[in-house]
Amino acid sequence: MSLVQAVGLEKNYRVGEVTVPAIRGADFTIEPASFVSFVGPSGSGKSTLLNMIGCLDRPTGGSLKVLNTDVGTLDRKQAAAFRGAHIGFVFQDFNLVPVLSVYENVEYPLVMVQNWPAAQRRARVLELLEAVGMSDQADKRPDQLSGGQKQRVAVARALVTRAKLVLADEPTANLDHATAYRVIELMKKMRDEFGTTFLFSTHDPKIMESAELIYALEDGRIVPGGVHHG
Amino acid sequence: MVNVLKLATRNLLRYHRRTTLTASLITLGIVAVLMFVALSGSFKALMIGQITDSMLGHLQIHRKGYVASIDNLPLNLLMKPAAVKKIEEQLQQMPQLTAWSPRIKFSAMFSNFTETTGIRLNGIDPIREAATCPLLPGRFIDGSAGNGLVEQGKLLIPDIIAKGMKVKVGDTVVLVATNQDGSVNGQTFVVQGVLESATGPGGRDAYLHIDDARSLLRLEDASLSEYAVRLKDPAQLPQVMAELDATLGQIVNPQGQPALEVHDWKKLTPFTAIANMIDLLTLFIKVMLVAIVLISILNVMIMAVYERMREIGTLAAIGTPPRRILGLFVAEGLLLGLTGTVIGTLISLGAVGLLRAYPVSFAFGRQDSLQLVPSLAAGDVLFIGVLVTAIAVLASLQPAWKAARMDPITALRSV
Repeated sequence: MSLVQAVGLEKNYRVGEVTVPAIRGADFTIEPASFVSFVGPSGSGKSTLLNMIGCLDRPTGGSLKVLNTDVGTLDRKQAAAFRGAHIGFVFQDFNLVPVLSVYENVEYPLVMVQNWPAAQRRARVLELLEAVGMSDQADKRPDQLSGGQKQRVAVARALVTRAKLVLADEPTANLDHATAYRVIELMKKMRDEFGTTFLFSTHDPKIMESAELIYALEDGRIVPGGVHHG
Repeated sequence: MVNVLKLATRNLLRYHRRTTLTASLITLGIVAVLMFVALSGSFKALMIGQITDSMLGHLQIHRKGYVASIDNLPLNLLMKPAAVKKIEEQLQQMPQLTAWSPRIKFSAMFSNFTETTGIRLNGIDPIREAATCPLLPGRFIDGSAGNGLVEQGKLLIPDIIAKGMKVKVGDTVVLVATNQDGSVNGQTFVVQGVLESATGPGGRDAYLHIDDARSLLRLEDASLSEYAVRLKDPAQLPQVMAELDATLGQIVNPQGQPALEVHDWKKLTPFTAIANMIDLLTLFIKVMLVAIVLISILNVMIMAVYERMREIGTLAAIGTPPRRILGLFVAEGLLLGLTGTVIGTLISLGAVGLLRAYPVSFAFGRQDSLQLVPSLAAGDVLFIGVLVTAIAVLASLQPAWKAARMDPITALRSV
């Protein structure tokens, strides 16, 4: 069974009286434990696609199933619950909570979203910090970390709830090339270790080469012949 | 809940200057209100004490209709001996009472043999009057209580008349009064003492022995104008009033209507208006406090929401339920309110303690050594604390609601 299945997926935005199509009839499937990249220039629809898969936005046409759930039918609360249970996010600007330590940032979804018991929580957070190589920085605040370290913490936070799917919108855009490559390698390692599917968007050619499956987007469409297997 | 409060605390500390400023504003408001409540309450209690303990007692019993024409001190509305007997029996059965004083009140002409003026006379039983109005013996400016508050054949006059008529202790004066039947009678009296004017409606009141009053009025039975009653605990006034209303209400006139009426001190003095004004001012200050808390918390929480939009978007994106995001911001408002309340209350209690240790003296009328001893009732402190905290939560609800309802994509895109 596919993890993500899109058929004739569409997304239009209303700007005043004008309807602007952002995604025009996209069809694709993503299998479990895959490492997939959406690539394309700015405005091609990468972020819109990731937002819809992440239940942050709703399709205006077609069908989109994530983990066999038609995410277009979820209301606001159901979408939040679905995200909390199944999806992890890694952001371009890291988006760690500045008043929480590294440990607490990773712990946050287990406390505030999933209500894990304290002992299990601690074991899981330490496991993830160890996995991303941040266990020696657990007490630091985000402003004491480098960009690469912040993104490793963000990856740990995305994985801590045992999410089936991690969405990363331009996760390397604010990192230098070497760090960006290390973050991508970390994500791949996490996929191997935990079997989590990673979907990320990028327009960096070197980063996109790391993906095992690449969907090229242009003007809201998946470019014919733009699907590459790495 | 603990985690929500922990996160809220850290967010408040993150903007420590703003938090300090807002909490200080709430603290200031709390201190202003509690100090006003403590000082005005003390002033009110002091004034009420002066009036009830000098003159009125806590309540009075009259014949029906007497209070409506009390300015004239009518002799045709005296309580009949049969009613007086029943009242005495009833009062003796009430353990809540300390003392009660029978009085005959009437108007008379006061003459020093060269000049004449009007005077209000109180015929009293000296021992019972002193027990009912314990501040009365302390009002002597000249002369003294001697063997009783006022001896037979003697008179206590207010200083306003003593000065106006140039009369001093030991002087002989004449009182001329109109009797119940309309005839006029005069008697000489010796001035035993000059009294400081009472606060309130007793400015021209003089005192003589109740037997002298009966003699002057040629009153041969036990009729009385009023009973002034003193309670052991003034807080029991409503219960005592209810009990007296019920029992004395059974004494009826020939028309079958209640023959007597019971009034508390509030109905008998114009100071009630001042006391009500103090209560109104207290209410106004409380409303001001509510406005201060509401505006400051609302302002600070709206700023917090706009400043942390991307953070809110992140929390929402990773699945934080909207009610928990709402809880985070409400908790910040709650903590701000609580901090201001606790600090403000502690400062107020400290200041009240200091003022009790070093009381402030002030003058009111001719009384220049009155001391303000402020106190705060636990109920007042609790009410203000709960009010401020509730308003703080209320004020943070709108910004918190906005945060909880925020679209994650819009929030994440904000700068």
